[in-house]
Amino acid sequence: MAESVVHPEGEGQDPNRRDFIHIAAGAAAAGAGVAAVWPLINSMNPAADTLALASIEFDLTKVQEGQQVVIKWQGKPVFVRYRTPAEIERARAEDSAALPDPQTDAERVIEGHEQYLVLVGSCTHLGCVPTFGTGDFGGWFCPCHGSHYDTSGRIRRGPAPANLVVPTYEYLNDTRIRIG
Amino acid sequence: MSDHESTYVPKTAFERWMDSRLPIIRFGADYMSLPTPRNLNYWWTFGGILMLCLGIQIVTGILLAMHYVPNTEMAFESVERIMRDVNGGWLIRYVHANGASMFFIAAYIHMLRGLYYGSYKAPREMIWIVGCLIFFLLIGTAFLGYVLPWGQMSFHGAVVITNLIGSIPVVGGPILTWLQGGPAIDNATLNRFFSLHYLLPFLIAGCVVLHLWALHHAGQNNPVGILIPKERQAKDTLPFHPYYTVKDGFAVILFLLLFSYFVFFNPNALGHADNFIPANPLVTPAHIVPEWYLLPFYAILRAIPDKFGGVVAMFGSIGILFVLPWLDRSRIRSMRYRPIMKVLFVLFVVNGFILGWCGAELPDAHVIGNFSTFTVYDGDLNSFLWLGRFATLYYFAFFLVMPFVALKEKPLPVPSSISEPVLAPEAAIEKKG
Repeated sequence: MAESVVHPEGEGQDPNRRDFIHIAAGAAAAGAGVAAVWPLINSMNPAADTLALASIEFDLTKVQEGQQVVIKWQGKPVFVRYRTPAEIERARAEDSAALPDPQTDAERVIEGHEQYLVLVGSCTHLGCVPTFGTGDFGGWFCPCHGSHYDTSGRIRRGPAPANLVVPTYEYLNDTRIRIG
Repeated sequence: MSDHESTYVPKTAFERWMDSRLPIIRFGADYMSLPTPRNLNYWWTFGGILMLCLGIQIVTGILLAMHYVPNTEMAFESVERIMRDVNGGWLIRYVHANGASMFFIAAYIHMLRGLYYGSYKAPREMIWIVGCLIFFLLIGTAFLGYVLPWGQMSFHGAVVITNLIGSIPVVGGPILTWLQGGPAIDNATLNRFFSLHYLLPFLIAGCVVLHLWALHHAGQNNPVGILIPKERQAKDTLPFHPYYTVKDGFAVILFLLLFSYFVFFNPNALGHADNFIPANPLVTPAHIVPEWYLLPFYAILRAIPDKFGGVVAMFGSIGILFVLPWLDRSRIRSMRYRPIMKVLFVLFVVNGFILGWCGAELPDAHVIGNFSTFTVYDGDLNSFLWLGRFATLYYFAFFLVMPFVALKEKPLPVPSSISEPVLAPEAAIEKKG
């Protein structure tokens, strides 16, 4: 095929060499095009100052028992909930229930601080902010498309595919955490 | 109509000078004298109305951009400043905001007209496909524009819609971060949405040029849906100007009356009260809905119980329009002569309204009365969830049964020319027998 395109009547001695030049030139132009477009595409990725806001600290003494504080982390809401013993009890009791995204309550909190549940407050369906206390499972309910979460932030019913995300965080001391 | 011969004769020295260098006056004159089927009804005026809508949106948009500030701290206030302090700002903004709704009303009528009269069939497939592309760009532009005032509905609408992309397996997450310019919708997102909202209308304008090019190459369809034989050209066509410039002009006046009603008497009727609250990323409005013109697609999204499946269905509902010319196998263009398709078409229009209704309501709410029937799969049968599912099913079925309808349907006799059914309807039908 290439031979007939480059040399219609078989003139010239070495059609393969000319084909090679055409292909190499085309490939170089395509490669250069991609290389030139990449920085343009990459400029739309998060900028350095946006990435620098990656972690925050929070003082847990601000939360009372049975209360939830919402803080902003990386532009998203983070729920810090001081759970009542009844809530913890219920979450543990339902570890063995039929969960769409199976996880035990112990896996979602840090040992020794089971009363504090830290969650990214974005519904795993389409990112709305769930509200506490209105769902059928004692936890959160997402008003947008009707996902129900339990007292451990696990998805129980509705379109959301996964549990509310537990961000990476650590205890700096007994009352202070760093998220991110 | 592609073989339309130029009848333009340059009259002045300047016109002769231009004609041999840049024949743009000839181009315009030929456009105005274009032979146009003489039986076009008022459904055909929406093309011109849409051109006007695009013009209005671009002009008012450019003026708004002179006062608007695309920054999360100032966007909401700059919009309020436009409303209160900028000279005539309220008018320009209300024209722009309601103009989007008017644009969609005209676009939906224009598309349904094309659907009913078979304007997508050979040799006009490319007109239809470019039109679908314009519709897709229109949806994108409207969505981006709705985010800019940075109210509660703007913000959380943007969260929900961008998260649709995040549902794509494997690559969805990185693409979402790239699109948002950060881990969440924030200033970077607002800035780029403003940039793209300014860009897309000009892409639409470019596509309109292709749309018209294809239209004038293939020739306009007409309510009878037949190609005009060459020997009937003189009898069955009229020059575009003055016949259709005047007809379009009259329709434009009526359309502007409707437009003015909304702008001057009910400017927020089509908006949402929650968008008067500045965006707050920590609280989602209790009932989040898109603008009315996207409600049917929102209902399709929610009808599918799987996150990614819903996204595929929603994009599929627009994507299926692109292949419509190959789904409909019937030789008859106009549904006037297709008794079965005509009924299915009417149901399709009704179904569109039902989908919109479902999109506006909470999925768990009851459709009729306030009683529960029985639970099927994951919801009560008497709920908008299930009504939306049936309506979604009909939406796709309408397109997918087309090849089979074409086989089974017995079309009514089609006239052989445009003037025939007018001049001698009885004789024409007898002759076709």
